[in-house]
Amino acid sequence: MAGLYKSDVKNPILNWIDSRLPVVTMMQREYGSFPTPKNFNYFWAFGGLAMVNLMIMIATGVFLAMAYTPNTLMAFDSVERIMRDVNYGWLLRYAHANGASMFFIVVYIHTFRGLYYGSYKAPRELPWMLGVVILLLMMATAFMGYVLPWGQMSFWGATVITNLFSAIPVVGESIVTWLWGGFAVDNPTLNRFFSLHYLLPFAIVGVVFLHVVALHITGSNNPLGIEPKGPQDTLPFHPYYTVKDSVAICVYFIVFAVLVFFFPNYLGHPDNYIPANPLVTPAHIVPEWYFLPFYAILRAVPSKLGGVALMFGAIMVLFALPWLDTSKVRSTKFRPIYRIFFWLLVISCVTLGVVGAKPPEGIWVPIGQLATAYYFAHFLLVLPILGKLERPRPLPESISRPVLGGGPLPSGVPAKPMEKA
Amino acid sequence: MSATAHAPGHGPGQDVTKRDFLKLVAGASAAIGVGAIAWPMIDSMNPSKDVLALSTIEVDLTPIAVGQAIVVSWRGQPVFVRHRTEKEIQEAVQTPESDLKDPQPDAARVKPGHAEWLVLVGICTHLGCIPLGNKPTDPRGEFGGWFCPCHGSQYDTSGRIRKGPAPANLPVPAYAFLSDTRIKIG
Repeated sequence: MAGLYKSDVKNPILNWIDSRLPVVTMMQREYGSFPTPKNFNYFWAFGGLAMVNLMIMIATGVFLAMAYTPNTLMAFDSVERIMRDVNYGWLLRYAHANGASMFFIVVYIHTFRGLYYGSYKAPRELPWMLGVVILLLMMATAFMGYVLPWGQMSFWGATVITNLFSAIPVVGESIVTWLWGGFAVDNPTLNRFFSLHYLLPFAIVGVVFLHVVALHITGSNNPLGIEPKGPQDTLPFHPYYTVKDSVAICVYFIVFAVLVFFFPNYLGHPDNYIPANPLVTPAHIVPEWYFLPFYAILRAVPSKLGGVALMFGAIMVLFALPWLDTSKVRSTKFRPIYRIFFWLLVISCVTLGVVGAKPPEGIWVPIGQLATAYYFAHFLLVLPILGKLERPRPLPESISRPVLGGGPLPSGVPAKPMEKA
Repeated sequence: MSATAHAPGHGPGQDVTKRDFLKLVAGASAAIGVGAIAWPMIDSMNPSKDVLALSTIEVDLTPIAVGQAIVVSWRGQPVFVRHRTEKEIQEAVQTPESDLKDPQPDAARVKPGHAEWLVLVGICTHLGCIPLGNKPTDPRGEFGGWFCPCHGSQYDTSGRIRKGPAPANLPVPAYAFLSDTRIKIG
């Protein structure tokens, strides 16, 4: 029996498989008995929600692709045919379009949870950085997906975003021509965007796998930001967190259903129901809501290269975040001064989102510049300096202590009785 | 180490440099091979022959009255043809080059003897939107030329960038006058 894995699985068929490919054991170890901090709040459900959302996007997308035609002459009409003639086509398309919005809501909350509770700090730098890669891939996928219906916003969004690369000195124009496959956004562009829009989600699946593997090496962070000291601080993932995540998934589906069935076009733009016209630019070009903060950063400086560099820099700075934050204390719960700056960051991001939706004139220009300045100052000035100056509140001895009494009870941690693992 | 363990020429000392050379050659060959396979894929995304073959177009200027402008499509791009008024020409000619972000005299942007005709690729040099200003009802910006609705770039009556984020003037395509009332673009 050399080379076979010694499986404890009772079922003979599963045991036969598990001895040769220990997937049952792996699932049991990583999602069954996996020791998980016992003090998670509902913000820890958003990783699982993102996973569910990714599966929904791939499933609806595969079936939409069966009815969609990636040709400039037929794309718009094929989408209308999906809406009117294909059985449940309207449901698939509205679920896919609003699913993209839900995906960004979930992922942005997941990201800000990581920021608030210091989940990016050692030893979890790689889960964080892989997460930023996932965000970049999501943005590329969402952008190319929005081009496929070939409406006015599709066409002009594609034109503006691909032209960002023309800001690169010397080779910029050649890169843009290469991206387009012509001298303007046209049929070759639509074809390749469809190909890549189908490919990238599977790249996302791959990076998500690495993100989760790296997370399961270090174990999850928790609202207190201190490591579990022993079995009294953890619970097996199943049934405790499978059930807790299920509650979150139900709430998520309620919100999703309200969007799909009652406000399916609320987050879209009416101009995208006008077929693409390469000779007329709509009066106000705005990207989808989830790109608005980045769009505002792009327009914050009156320089083409400067704006593009700042916009990409806004994401790139996140890669350096684990080393920019000099504080050893993870949870913002114990960092009274940083908490103020955290909320200033949230406000600056929301402000950028509002500014991105407005025409670039009047009072919106200085407001956008101020919010952009704070965004970068937060990461490049506040985090490195504050970590050295701030005196954090005392950390609890262990996760169990504040829950079972004895230690100071940090606000926000529910003191509910929990069984030991 | 006994001498019999090594074939001639593979003794210690010699062995190292020879192996290193073989590794470098193998590595370089693999890199060239990967590049040779990758290039056709990358180049397949560049404009294809049929796209490049899109030829020239001819435009009849007779229906365009003084002060009017039309848009024609060339290589999938909009081309503006504007019949400038005497006032617009004077404004364009008299603008000092020190006022310009991308200095170019008006004479370099029109054909000699045809200063009333301005032919431009109508794509904002910022991020590729189509500037407004061809219809009489369109906003033309502070300089009477074109106004880009996307990010607020403003062009003058010679199509030169005057204000806003765009870095360069609207480009003048290659064109020639076939007669006084007919041009060939491309």
